[in-house]
Amino acid sequence: MESIIEGFKKAFSLIFGLDAELLGIIFLSLRVSGTALLIVSIIGLPLSALISLKKFPARGLFISIMNTLMGLPPVVVGLFVYMMLSRSGPIGFMGLLYTPSAMIIAQTILAFPIAVSLCHSAIISVNPIIKQASMTLGATSLQTSVTIIKEARYGIMSGMIAAFGRVMAEVGAILIVGGNIAGYTRVMTTTIALETDKGNFELAIALGIILLTISLAINLLLHFVQRKGALPVNR
Amino acid sequence: MSLRLNISGVRKSYNGKPVLNACSFSFDRNGVYVLTGSNGSGKSTLLRICALIESPDNGEVIYFSGNNIISKDILLRRRITLVLPGIGLFNTTVFNNAAYGLKIRGGKNKETERKVNNALKFVGLIHKKNHNALTLSSGEIQRLGIARAMAIEPEMLFLDEPTASIDNENTEIVENIILNMKKEGRSKTIIATHDMLQAGRLGDCMLLMDEGKIIKV
Ligand SMILES: Nc1ncnc2c1ncn2[C@@H]1O[C@H](COP(=O)(O)OP(=O)(O)OP(=O)(O)O)[C@@H](O)[C@H]1O
Ligand SMILES: [Mg+2]
Repeated sequence: MESIIEGFKKAFSLIFGLDAELLGIIFLSLRVSGTALLIVSIIGLPLSALISLKKFPARGLFISIMNTLMGLPPVVVGLFVYMMLSRSGPIGFMGLLYTPSAMIIAQTILAFPIAVSLCHSAIISVNPIIKQASMTLGATSLQTSVTIIKEARYGIMSGMIAAFGRVMAEVGAILIVGGNIAGYTRVMTTTIALETDKGNFELAIALGIILLTISLAINLLLHFVQRKGALPVNR
Repeated sequence: MSLRLNISGVRKSYNGKPVLNACSFSFDRNGVYVLTGSNGSGKSTLLRICALIESPDNGEVIYFSGNNIISKDILLRRRITLVLPGIGLFNTTVFNNAAYGLKIRGGKNKETERKVNNALKFVGLIHKKNHNALTLSSGEIQRLGIARAMAIEPEMLFLDEPTASIDNENTEIVENIILNMKKEGRSKTIIATHDMLQAGRLGDCMLLMDEGKIIKV
């Protein structure tokens, strides 16, 4: 019991003392997950718009695959990326294993199906009358698509936030491909896992508190976006 | 040269059930056409086909200017519009809704603002221009639907049950809007309605949809 209280005390002193190691770890976490999310937005958003708005064969199959991959175990992704990046792997020559880039790749793979799947359902749940109305007002098919995507904006934002929350809290994949190297690839979740293992609770607790706080912030944002999307009443 | 519409032999079925059955008509006079007919007789279907947002299975929908046939491209689509029974407002301000048609045409900001403000004044919604459109009442929604259509100054205007779900006061407002447009001679208007008295108040030409065909009454 005492060691727990002691742990919390030291944790708070790390947080409020703006400990450099702690800040570095937090910053790397945000950078890795943020970059992964950026890549997912650049590739995944247009893709989900395309599959939601254009008829193309195997769309149902593609969405089913994405839905399945939403629940992908992070360790499996870690294993897969590890095999790709390890020296004998197909892109091993790039020397990315145990770098932040490897962690970004793993998190991108994890976030991608979540974002695509949720954005797709946001776009297809836009009332079909929006498409018709836009056409009656003289929109080209591209303008109609843009209008539909705009109508889905809150759902799309929710999907992106949910994907971000998932990868921020994830540990299995980045531990395998990042290696938890101090000052280089240590992020919040991997540090918590390792320090707990070693019995060094204070840093783990400090990071746990911050991770929870970030998670709370993400969920508040999600709640806010969803409420804003649902606000107008007279539809 | 004013726009004329000629449909001939238009057929449309949904799931094998024919709705329009060799339907033909010439909308060549200026003024207000009123289309009535029982529920499910195909009025809305006909309006969507005339407004070029849906294609018939068979038959011709031809727009003329004078004696020239106009090709059914985006330019023609931008000279006509249909106000849908549910309107379909966008989740943005009243102003942005009314400005939509002009914005997608690449209209200049000043000009767009002037036209949109005029349209909103015309339907009595200028005081709500910065409100979110989805918070409007049903009567206001109908009026915004009309303002949004008016802003683009269509040469042919289709209105699908513009007063179906609104009270007497708003019905009167909407009818006055339509009568005013008629007075200004701005466009040819085709209205689907169930209200026979309204048909009498507004219409220059009465049409009945029956067994998939238009009958002049
Ligand atoms: N998109 C569609 N898919 C399937 N069936 C449709 C579709 N649109 C219309 N129908 C059917 O076509 C028939 C005619 O419908 P339509 O809406 O044109 O009638 P209406 O005369 O406008 O009726 P109301 O007076 O109730 O508005 C109905 O039986 C309807 O169920
Ligand atoms: Mg109808």
